[in-house]
Amino acid sequence: MHGVSALTTTTALTAVLVLVASWLLIGALGLVQSNRIGWVARTLFPLGALIALGVAGLGVVSLTTGFAAQTGVLAFGLPDMPFHVRLDALSGFFLLLLGSAGAGISIFAAGYFREGEGTAPGLLCLQYHVFLASMALVVLADDAYLFMVAWETMALSSYFLVTTQHRIPEIQRAGFLYLLMAHVGALALLLCFGVLHGGSWLMTFDSMRAATLSPAWAAAAFLLALFGFGAKAGLVPLHVWLPEAHPAAPSPVSAMMSGLMLKVAVYGMLRISFDLLHAGPWWWGMLTLAVGLGTALFGAVFAAVQTDMKRLLAYSSIENIGLIFAALGLALLCYAFDMRLLAALALAAALLHALNHALFKSLLFLATGSVLHATHERSLGKLGGLIRRMPWVATLALVGTLSLAGLPPLNGFVSEWLLLQAFLSTPSIPHAFTNMIVPLGAAVVALTAALAGYVMVKFYGVIFLGQPREPSLMQAHDAGWLERVGLAWLALGCILIGVFPQAALDAIAGVTQTLLGTTIQRGPTPWWIAPVAQAQASYNGLWLLLGMAGVIAMMFVLVRRMYHGRVRRVPPWNCGYPELTPRMQDTAEGFGQPIRHMFGPFFRIEREVPSPDDQAPRYRIQIDDRFWHGLYLPLARIVGWLADALSMLQRGRLAIYLLYSFLTLIVLLVFVL
Amino acid sequence: MNALALVSQLGGVVLAVALAPLLAGWVAQCRAWLQSRSAPSLLLPYRTLRKLFRKDAALATQASPLFRAAPYAVFGAMATAAAIIPSVTTDLPLARVADAIALVGLFATARMFIALAAMDIGAVFGSMGARREMLIGFLAEPALLMVLFNAFLMFGSTALPTIVKGTLDADGLTLHPSLAFAGVAFVMVLLAENARIPIDNPGTHLEVTMIHESMVLEYSARHLALIEWASWLKLFNYACIGFTLFVPWGIAPHTAGPLGLLLAIVWLLAKLAVAGAVLAVIETVSAKLRIFRAPEFLSMAFLLAVLGLLVHLLLQS
Repeated sequence: MHGVSALTTTTALTAVLVLVASWLLIGALGLVQSNRIGWVARTLFPLGALIALGVAGLGVVSLTTGFAAQTGVLAFGLPDMPFHVRLDALSGFFLLLLGSAGAGISIFAAGYFREGEGTAPGLLCLQYHVFLASMALVVLADDAYLFMVAWETMALSSYFLVTTQHRIPEIQRAGFLYLLMAHVGALALLLCFGVLHGGSWLMTFDSMRAATLSPAWAAAAFLLALFGFGAKAGLVPLHVWLPEAHPAAPSPVSAMMSGLMLKVAVYGMLRISFDLLHAGPWWWGMLTLAVGLGTALFGAVFAAVQTDMKRLLAYSSIENIGLIFAALGLALLCYAFDMRLLAALALAAALLHALNHALFKSLLFLATGSVLHATHERSLGKLGGLIRRMPWVATLALVGTLSLAGLPPLNGFVSEWLLLQAFLSTPSIPHAFTNMIVPLGAAVVALTAALAGYVMVKFYGVIFLGQPREPSLMQAHDAGWLERVGLAWLALGCILIGVFPQAALDAIAGVTQTLLGTTIQRGPTPWWIAPVAQAQASYNGLWLLLGMAGVIAMMFVLVRRMYHGRVRRVPPWNCGYPELTPRMQDTAEGFGQPIRHMFGPFFRIEREVPSPDDQAPRYRIQIDDRFWHGLYLPLARIVGWLADALSMLQRGRLAIYLLYSFLTLIVLLVFVL
Repeated sequence: MNALALVSQLGGVVLAVALAPLLAGWVAQCRAWLQSRSAPSLLLPYRTLRKLFRKDAALATQASPLFRAAPYAVFGAMATAAAIIPSVTTDLPLARVADAIALVGLFATARMFIALAAMDIGAVFGSMGARREMLIGFLAEPALLMVLFNAFLMFGSTALPTIVKGTLDADGLTLHPSLAFAGVAFVMVLLAENARIPIDNPGTHLEVTMIHESMVLEYSARHLALIEWASWLKLFNYACIGFTLFVPWGIAPHTAGPLGLLLAIVWLLAKLAVAGAVLAVIETVSAKLRIFRAPEFLSMAFLLAVLGLLVHLLLQS
């Protein structure tokens, strides 16, 4: 142990930086023989996965050995503005998240990327590793300058990754929308940092921590941060890029964006609201909570009606981000009333859910990648029955599906359990009305979690179960071994966190200690959690798993022993109807129909129904986002109109432009003198 | 953890598994009496189970391993749920392992597996049933959670034994208005979740109206036996949750000896008899709702439970 702590105090930060630099090096090496798939995919990507493991390991080291922050100054940057870096518990936790999920994604990507799919593999390798490294740097940054540089690198590298298949117009459009939203968000962040330095013009986070802001300016900074990070994370109504960009990108990239990049936005929100602004008045928390809950419900409802498997997962990401921000808002709210323990509980729920979501959502996105490679189909209407052709992918995806649905004893359940426990304690908030409204948030969380189950049955049932909806699916093949290893790694993470929840909460304790100065109660064993008090609530993942497994095993043995195991294979009974075609199954549209029916006002539905005497009847239904037509298109029209108005200035004559320059100079001189 | 606790823990599960078919038989008998039909034997469910276990399983050619594993998973989840509900005694070592939220999670696990299995064959009714079951489930699950939340708020705990103890230790009988709302909501959820009229009809074999039945159409023999047993166990579990929340009298406290436990079992049987009769009355006097009305029914349950929550919070402050 002594050796480890020596490592922490001297070299953990250096080691992380070296690992990040080697990610960049790997990326550059990809260019050496950029078209040799054996070199790029089979050698460099596994190396990147190893480095990711190292990053995760160092994250654990920084979380377990004291919570002292390490800082350093890099010899890069502008002459009088060097890059500051810092490794504390919060960044350590997100490095753990980044590394553990990133390792699985990289191993999978090693088997996934192949030639002839848009960008050359070597270039892809560069973009991929720059993306990983920039996310790590965002987490490590200790001044606004490095933070913004890394943030923009992250946005740009992911933009190039999204547009891997840049010849398809749809993907170009999705990429452009993503870039636009990324920059609108980045502008808000720039303004936010502009407020945060509090007039000192020092851009290090240390000086921002020390700066005293008036309540109005602090609120402005908080709102700008919520807008900026919300645009990156996909909070409603800034979510529109997410369901476009995630499906457009290759699956490992979708997994990285959804699993990792959205969490980096969560990191930024935590860093600014808790660390730099020291949390604020209670309405900050209330606002974040309300936005989070709205986003969660919105995402779940929209996920239920999607017909494209990756769009479905993208909306489900919006839902999960909503839950994370709701927990974060609850933490802010409780902290404002100085209820430290409750704030720690909510924050732990947020962080654990972020980690869980990174694992199971990456797993599912990668599984869709395998399905996509095997079938060349993304539409749920043309899939089905793949559990028989792709047993490995189907089994591993089942773990992700059950985790996402929040079922015990997997990891998704643990974080939702923590969140509900946090809501349970909210009636003790010492503020009238708040203590009545906030507990009702539990109802929204419960509804969202239950809807997630619906969505997941649809996702898994339509893709992997039933009969194949297209004859070509009979040729589908299972994923290669590298892909399986990647999927298995993530599935293992889902199971381990579910069964040993206290181990994950131990990692989080460092973060809550650093940010809030307190931690939740430690459970008696790694598999037994009791965050507030044993008498109030406890959950034991391992025993629950063993209990269920024990009952199942006993029942199996009893049935086989007392009776028999005889099986006769027969055609499906189907209530006696002999003809059974794949078209008789529920389609994805059909499965979403009840939700469309119930939540009608959420959607903008365009429907074409044939008349009764149509010879070739065609049904068409398109479900759109109301925000798109109600908010974004009018906004785009206003921008277009303003641009038209400004084009009055563009006369196309040199003399007029010279006149503009002259007038500008005069005005500036008046100012200066 | 003493020996008696361990015995009562294991005994509780065995009792639930053994009594669940009896409860189903009792409800069917009461229904028949109320509808002036000649009643089937009280032991009919046991005979059905024996018959099904003996038969050869006829399995559809395209059935995947998931289809064969699902009945065991469903049964496992339901039996585990029975282990954490204090039906006879509050001295349950396992109740600390999983609280009431985990209980809802276990029900969700069972529902998810049965819905996935229903979609596996790709037959007409399976996926329709799965969709309907998930629709009912996603509305009933939060409603149940909100009902439980009412009790959590009252006693500051999500552990069911603590809730029971809280009610038993209270001085005198205090009426909680919030529990009235929660009670109505709970009965509505119970009806919906256990495939009872007015949402579903356990006796139906008409394809367009059934929910639970259409999901298990492709099952036969031992798999069907396990699924049916699990669904009876689910009704039993729901009844016991109702007892712990609303009528916990008769449940043996921690200090009870073997005699106290026996007395508690007698109490349980009496309560089950009354609950089964009430259920039969409700099923007899109400008509089945159209499937499109089911969401309204369940959102009413959800809103009632949330209203109960609000009433509690209002009265408290």
